[in-house]
Amino acid sequence: MIRELVVISGKGGTGKTSLTASLAFLAGHALVADCDVDAADLHLLLPPRIREKQPFYSSREAIIRPADCISCGLCLAYCRFDAVRMKGSASGPALFSIDPAACEGCGLCVHYCPTGAIDFPERLCGEWMISDTRIGPMVHARLGVAAENSGKLVSLVRRQARELAEKEGYNLIITDGPPGIGCPVIASLTGANQVLVVTEPTVSGEHDLGRVLGLARHFDLPAAVCVNKWDLNPEMTECIESKARLSGAQIVGRIRYDPGVTQAMMQAKSVVETDTPAAEDIRAVWEQLK
Amino acid sequence: MIIAIASGKGGTGKTTLAVNLAQTYKEPLQLLDCDVEEPNLHLFLPAGAIEEEVITVPIPVVDETLCDGCRACSAFCEYNAIIVPKQVALVFPELCHSCGGCMLVCPQRAIKERDQRIGVIRRSRTGNIQLIQGLIDVGVSAVPPLIHAVKKGVNPALPILIDAPPGTSCPVVTSVRGADYVILVTEPTPFGLHDLTLAVDMVRSLGLSFGVVVNRMGIGDDRVQEFCRREKIELLLEIPDDRRIAEAYSRGQMACEAVPELRSRLAALRERLETLAAHAAGRRP
Repeated sequence: MIRELVVISGKGGTGKTSLTASLAFLAGHALVADCDVDAADLHLLLPPRIREKQPFYSSREAIIRPADCISCGLCLAYCRFDAVRMKGSASGPALFSIDPAACEGCGLCVHYCPTGAIDFPERLCGEWMISDTRIGPMVHARLGVAAENSGKLVSLVRRQARELAEKEGYNLIITDGPPGIGCPVIASLTGANQVLVVTEPTVSGEHDLGRVLGLARHFDLPAAVCVNKWDLNPEMTECIESKARLSGAQIVGRIRYDPGVTQAMMQAKSVVETDTPAAEDIRAVWEQLK
Repeated sequence: MIIAIASGKGGTGKTTLAVNLAQTYKEPLQLLDCDVEEPNLHLFLPAGAIEEEVITVPIPVVDETLCDGCRACSAFCEYNAIIVPKQVALVFPELCHSCGGCMLVCPQRAIKERDQRIGVIRRSRTGNIQLIQGLIDVGVSAVPPLIHAVKKGVNPALPILIDAPPGTSCPVVTSVRGADYVILVTEPTPFGLHDLTLAVDMVRSLGLSFGVVVNRMGIGDDRVQEFCRREKIELLLEIPDDRRIAEAYSRGQMACEAVPELRSRLAALRERLETLAAHAAGRRP
């Protein structure tokens, strides 16, 4: 059976990507998936040789053809997403257009337009890729600028990662998840085997961990917790760990505050490929997880 | 005047900048926490009474006595949120975008809407700062409607500071839309630079005026500054990497209390922002 470990954090910037790259390196024979599709960074540590690149079409987009628009305003009346723009015109009737950043592609305006003046093409929302890296294959993606459907793209990346793992005989997938607890995080967790939450010893880290562990429980997933930069506030680290234990999570280690982590990133290396002190802590975390 | 604080990469210091910038205001200020998945501003602003409002979205309900299984609703729905597996329609609320289409296209008028809770908005006051915070319920993926609700409750006559979520997708777009000026916070690292370029693409595609704040100066290199020079993006402020700031943040304290020299630089930033935002607001059609 293929095991899938998803690394998430609730709060952003706690070190998910640095840790994911290190764990994948330590695992030896693992496939990595970057599911932080709207700010993907794993490829900066694992420079990819792209094998395959595919467009990601998802949902549709309403576009008014001005020549056929009779300015009746029905689209504006029906749209619940505040996506229809009306501009007054001195010489004639108002001009209507759709704001692509606000349109959710429901099609209501298209359905009710009396002159059929609204096109409804498929929308290119990004691309996804299968690549080879120095530690093994990686499935990653890039969401289009200001695009929708990050959750669907996450599901697609995970599906592709599973197919590839089956085909090429990998029994471990390590997934770099997005921050937060919303749509793309939910899409990263459904059907996974284990979740590792990376947090930091701050009031924000503590607050956000509580919510992300709630989400893991919601999906009935076993959660492991690791505090990054723990020595920044040792009392807070203790407090976070005891709260995490109470909510049923396993504590899998602490990673010290170490400027060498940023230095590894500057060299496009994972932390454990350098001899900086935090590498030792990450190895201990992997011993607990594997 | 609306100023939004965003970033591609998470953990670059949006919240730190928002609360510390808010401290430079003596007059009433509205501070909006649009990071409704993981709101943190309240941790830095001890407040008295908190007023809470439940936010809902309309979700279709099918009257099974009226539904004749014609499939007009499922044919219409772009999100596969309503299907007709047997004789009557079945709704999947977690896929629904609340567009209202199925209800309108149903020839039997068998579909009505009910309010489904997605989260809450909390309003509180700390001195001159009015905090409006959105908090999505755990397990709910419909984030943008709650952000809309947070932004709807503002008084446009007073200055507004928005703390946006990280990333570049729909929750961020919903948060920064309509702002007079956007501050993009980043750090001088490869991740910081890469995610900044994505965030710049996003704000440019929305036609918004923006500038950059670099936090933790000194941990990496100067490629972020080079990028800003090349792209003619204003560098608004550089905050040095300082363990005192990180430790103050870890305890929920203000950076400008730990590092008092920040105060005057934030006051200068605020003045500059007012000029930039007024200029951008004047240029808008």
